[in-house]
Order: sequence, then structure tokens, then C-alpha cells
Amino acid sequence: MTNIISIAIGAILINNFIFSQFLGCCPFLGCSSKVDTATGMGLAVVFVMGLASAICWVVDTYLLIPLGLEFLETLAFILVIAALVQFVEMFLKKSVPSLYSALGIYLPLITTNCAVLGVVLLNVQNHYNFIESVVYGITGGVGFMLAIVLFASVRERIAFADYPECFEGFPICLVSAGLLALAFMGFSGMQIFG
Amino acid sequence: MTILKAILILGALGAVFGAALAFAAKIFHVEVDPRQAAVREVLAGANCGGCGYPGCDGYAAAVAAGEAPCNKCVAGGAATAAAVAEIMGVSADAAEKQVAFVPCSGTHECAEPRFNYSGPVDCRAAMLFGGKSSKLCTFACIGLGNCERACQFDAMHVVDGVARVDRSKCVGCGACVDACPKSIVKLIPESQKIMPACGSRDKGAQVMKICKAGCIGCMKCQRECPADAIVVKDNLAQVDMSKCVQCGHCADVCPRHIIASFY
Repeated sequence: MTNIISIAIGAILINNFIFSQFLGCCPFLGCSSKVDTATGMGLAVVFVMGLASAICWVVDTYLLIPLGLEFLETLAFILVIAALVQFVEMFLKKSVPSLYSALGIYLPLITTNCAVLGVVLLNVQNHYNFIESVVYGITGGVGFMLAIVLFASVRERIAFADYPECFEGFPICLVSAGLLALAFMGFSGMQIFG
Repeated sequence: MTILKAILILGALGAVFGAALAFAAKIFHVEVDPRQAAVREVLAGANCGGCGYPGCDGYAAAVAAGEAPCNKCVAGGAATAAAVAEIMGVSADAAEKQVAFVPCSGTHECAEPRFNYSGPVDCRAAMLFGGKSSKLCTFACIGLGNCERACQFDAMHVVDGVARVDRSKCVGCGACVDACPKSIVKLIPESQKIMPACGSRDKGAQVMKICKAGCIGCMKCQRECPADAIVVKDNLAQVDMSKCVQCGHCADVCPRHIIASFY
């Protein structure tokens, strides 16, 4: 149990996918101009990461490892992720069309979100069991969502801030993203349960 | 053996996911207005933006939603408007086809150069030097072909230092109008066959000095016009398209031979 908790807190805060592993920066910058959109993106990523962790663990443990095909892990995982993202896209188009159009191109781009591929590969690297993998996947997604929602709220305030004109647009975003990452660095090296 | 296993496993995985997705696509099927696809089908498909919407898909969506009239596709013309109207079940008022027109006749041999330009082949670059033009006439076509590069239909060509429009190819999308840094290119109805090909508002004496093919405001066309459709205003002959009977008499009498006739 303590193991699960330490994995969860580690994924959300200490080893946050964006701020300390620098995975998934593309949607983090692209989809964070509004808190609503950022929340939607975060939820989609949580869903895809959780489900991808579960399915990839099953594929890896019961198909690839017994057959000695571990070298195909990356390929098979990408296949799983691509199918999942397609599914999420269909689901959103049907049930939340407004979110579907707000996310736009970034929705299919979750396929190439390195945080998603990162989480399933890290599951294998860390030899997590099924429960741990799923927890790591979901909390990794929650960490991503925390980061993108925090950053979106920062950006909403920046829009009204008085900063030098030369920082207009992405420069000011990158500067504030760096400062936010710096704050998260405060968690690094923290030990939970010894 | 490993290769065989790898192919089999990945193939099976792909097949399973494919089947699952096909099944999901049935469940999460979203109804799209079938008229949207039908309208998209009959449009010209050049994505020229002449309709004012982002591409043909955007226009088709707007038409299907009832937000846009049926006759906005300038590239397709009347035939397309009729086809779109039939899909939408309304009658079409075909838009008068517009074509681009360059009101300048100042070819290299007619118009005096302001300086010998040998910089980048771009009208905007040539405008950066004094006088807003590489020719002495500030109303002249610079002739470095920004419009020619903007035209997707191969209808615009710079001949002898002046942009010329091929009316058989021009669809009236207006890309050249936006591309011209001097804003001299304009759209006129295709039915308008007579247009003075000069934009100079300089006084006649000044025009005489700098261009052999400029309107000097002699008013001969104004006097001779049987329909009172052409008047000289601001030292320049201008056609009132609502009165013009397209007889072409002004083109014949113009002493400078600069009234273009498209017969």
C-alpha cells in the first residue's frame, strides 16, 4: 500500500511528467491558453495514460515477454496508444462536441504525446505490476493535468499583465513555464516512507 | 522464427484494435449533414478563399448550416452556384463573375524608370526606395510579379514590366488584389469589356513627361462617348459601368491608345 502511495505522489509532484521529466511539453504549451480547454486536455490525457498503462502491461506481460519479443515493446505500445486515442476522439466527438472542437488538432496529437509513451515505457523499466502500472499511469496523467491547468491559469493572468512588448506571445509563456518548473524542482529528492 | 512470431503478434494486435475501433465507430457515429459533403463535392476545390471562408470545406459547412449564400464560389462560377443551389433546394442568383484588371499600360518602353532596380524580385522591395515605385509614375505597376506569384490559376503574367490578366483563366478570387503592395489591381465584372488601362492622377503635362502610355485627361473619350459613361475626373478617364454600353468607341478615339478593350 505504501508503495502505491509513494508511486502516486511521486508521479504527481516529485517526478511530474512535465516539470521534472519534460515529457509532453507540446500540448502543455499548445493547449494551455484557457483553463477549460486545459482541463479537458488533462482529463483526456489521464484517461489515455491510465488505459494505455493497463493495456500495455497486459500486452507486455502476456504476449511480448513470454514470446521473447521485448524488443517490440515500443512498436506495440504505440499501436495501443494510437488505437486508444482514436477511441477517445470518437467518444468526445459524440458526447462532448464543444470540447472536441476546442482541443482541435491537439486531440489526435495525444498519440504522439511523449508523456503517454513515456509512462508505459517507464512501467516496463521500473518492473511495476499491474496495479502499480495503472496507478502510475493515472497519477502521471493527474500530474500532467495539474501542470497544464496551473499553467493555463497563469497564462490567463499573463494576458492582462504588463510585460515588455518583446516578450509578447510564446516568449512570456516559456519564461513562466520555466519559473513554474523551478517551483516544482522544490519537490525533487523528497523521500516518502523512507 | 522470431520474425514470424513478431509479424503474427503485431498483426493480430492490429487486427484486434482495428475491429474494436470499427465497432466503436458504429456506436459513436455522428450524423453529419449529408448536404455538406454534397456541396463540397461540387465546389471548385481550389481552396482559393475567394468566398471569404477558410477553404472549400469551411464554405461547404457554412452553406449546409444555412449561413452562406449559394453563389459565393467565384472559381466555380454560375455552374457551381446552380449545382450548390440545387443541393440546398433554393434558387440561385448567379454571382456576376469578376475578373482582375490592372489599370496600367506603362511598359518598359513607355514608362520612364525612376532608377535602375536590381534588387530582390518583389514589388514591396522595390517600393522601399524613394518614390514608392521603380517607375517615375507613382501610380504605375512595378511589374516585379507579386500578383503573378499569388495567382493559383496561372492567369496573371508580367509582360514587359506590366502585369497582364488572362481573362480566360482568371476566376476572380482576388488573391492578386491582396498581393499588390500598390493596391492598383482591382476586380471588375467580366461583362465590362472596356476599361481605361491607366491609373495616373497626375496632370496631363506631367504624364506627358514620364509615360508614353498614360492618360493625359484630354477628355476626348468623354466628348465622344454616346452613352455619357466615361468622364475625366482627377485627370483620369473613368468608366461608369452602369452606363457603359460596351461599344468600344472610346478605345478607338483615345489618342494615347490606352483604353483596353477585351473583345
